[in-house]
Amino acid sequence: MTIDNPQNFGSDRPSEASNFNINLAGRYKLDRIFESLTWIAVAIALLVLATLIIDVLADGLPRLSWDFLNNFPSRKPEQAGLKSALFGTIWVMSVVAAVSFPLGVGAGIFLEEFAGDNWLTRIIEININNLAGVPSIIYGLLGLQVFVRYMEPLTGGRSILSGGFTLALLILPIIIVSTREALRAVPDSLRLAGFALGANRWQVVREHVFPLAIPGILTGTILALSRAIGDTAPLITIGALTFISFLPEGLQSPFTVLPIQVFNWVSRPQREFHDNAAAGIIVLMVVLLLMNATAVFLRNRFQKKAS
Amino acid sequence: MTTEFPSTPTSDLWKPNRQRSQRVELIVKLIFGAFAFVSIVTTLGIIETLIFETFKFFQEVSLWQFLTDDKWTPLFKSAKFGIFVLISATVMTSTIAILVALPLGLLSAICLSEYATPKVRGILKPALEILAGVPTVVYGYFALLFVTPLLQKFVPGLQGFNALSAGMVLGIMITPLVASLSEDAIYSVPRSLRDGAYALGATKRETITSVVLPAALSGIVSSLILAISRAIGETMIVTLAAGQNPRLGLNPLVPVMTMTAFIVQVSLGDTPAGSLAYKTIYAVGMTLFTITLALNVFSFWFVRRFREKYE
Repeated sequence: MTIDNPQNFGSDRPSEASNFNINLAGRYKLDRIFESLTWIAVAIALLVLATLIIDVLADGLPRLSWDFLNNFPSRKPEQAGLKSALFGTIWVMSVVAAVSFPLGVGAGIFLEEFAGDNWLTRIIEININNLAGVPSIIYGLLGLQVFVRYMEPLTGGRSILSGGFTLALLILPIIIVSTREALRAVPDSLRLAGFALGANRWQVVREHVFPLAIPGILTGTILALSRAIGDTAPLITIGALTFISFLPEGLQSPFTVLPIQVFNWVSRPQREFHDNAAAGIIVLMVVLLLMNATAVFLRNRFQKKAS
Repeated sequence: MTTEFPSTPTSDLWKPNRQRSQRVELIVKLIFGAFAFVSIVTTLGIIETLIFETFKFFQEVSLWQFLTDDKWTPLFKSAKFGIFVLISATVMTSTIAILVALPLGLLSAICLSEYATPKVRGILKPALEILAGVPTVVYGYFALLFVTPLLQKFVPGLQGFNALSAGMVLGIMITPLVASLSEDAIYSVPRSLRDGAYALGATKRETITSVVLPAALSGIVSSLILAISRAIGETMIVTLAAGQNPRLGLNPLVPVMTMTAFIVQVSLGDTPAGSLAYKTIYAVGMTLFTITLALNVFSFWFVRRFREKYE
């Protein structure tokens, strides 16, 4: 029996004895280099994140003040503020939450609990996977045509309602998927116990399965909403304005949101507006951080209750 | 069969009302089923909208012009509609992005699943995922006002708007996607394969590069394709940092205009519905949608076709 050269492992040709050279020291050296490379890759990614945060804080913190939050946008950078953008974000996100939560959770419950494994559910499943991969700006084009143009009498054109609907469609796949995952995590024995007591499927879902799945569903929903808050492209496409010096009066009023205000300030040439943009980014990131913290908090709280 | 109940004053409370609860269940089922159908309607809506407006676009501009013009000036008097001008910019930024994200993401994935202890992994993974949660407009700010001035010190001739810094920041944005999907694939390679390689005398690196990575290849490739598709559809970074100058060519140092940047540029202006500019953004959107859909479908197909199954 011949001994194969371990370095030629996998090749069919038997190696010649003179090639046999374990060279452990060299291979271990390569190993160490390789391992350091992987650590360097992680370090670079985290370093970029740190640089980004420090850069934004350094530029934006001096600009951050109560006036900045409480002023309307202005042509003078030192007087410009976020008020209309903050209120716009709150309005739009309320619409998004009110539309996407019931739709997404309902669809998730239907697919997971009511619908069996048939061709229709499989089509819906493939479709949801594909929708998650559609660029967000395409949703903007859909919203522009359907909500802004076709449904203008209802939505009032380029309004909060149109923006909210568009973003709700964008995050619907995320909510559906996380609802299904949360429902799947509930053990089947609970459902069987419910059926054994004579409850029908909806009663079992409502009374036993859903309450246990709530933490997972809420976490997924909040994470989806935090994606919607930061997404700018679809709202620009449906025509959210960049300069609004009044508060929204209703669902049909024109609006601006935080990321669009930031986008507007970044794309101006003056340096002072760039600092405003950095301050706006800090506000946006703080909102995102709060939402994510809420998600974690809710999850922990409900998990304790359920056990 | 009816159930007999003792006739006490509270007996009514115990009577099951099966008919009513069944009716409620049916109603709930119908409503939730309709909700599930919304996703199908969304897809149909996207396709219908894009095809409808693109069709109207091609009634005014020939497909031949769309594919062969070497200029993109739809808003000028002498309008030219060479889509490859925009595609070249998109391809360039996405290529730079993937050149950044492939080594960073794949090496991070290897580090997290093979080298990091569970405790370190538990800290590093959420930290990397923060990168995925940063709004893209923030990356745009970072690319335009930090990365570009920094690169200008090293790269002579780099202009204020350029594909290079936009592409690099785009790469950072998609790195967590590559890392987390590849890590899932690497992590699911069974231990027995690694043990086999060790038993044959392979070192840890040799095990990873010649056994684990090939076994996880389908997952890694599909994560890359999904990341490319994400990079192609990304809007804010390229709009802010790569500029608004439609230009054919692959020079990463000068301003260019990607497909998404064009849609934003038109949307920011006042474009009445039915105008040629309005139809043009749908034609560009259709192109974008087709490319990303093809990539996504290819990625799903690739995983199904080449996945190594271990039990």
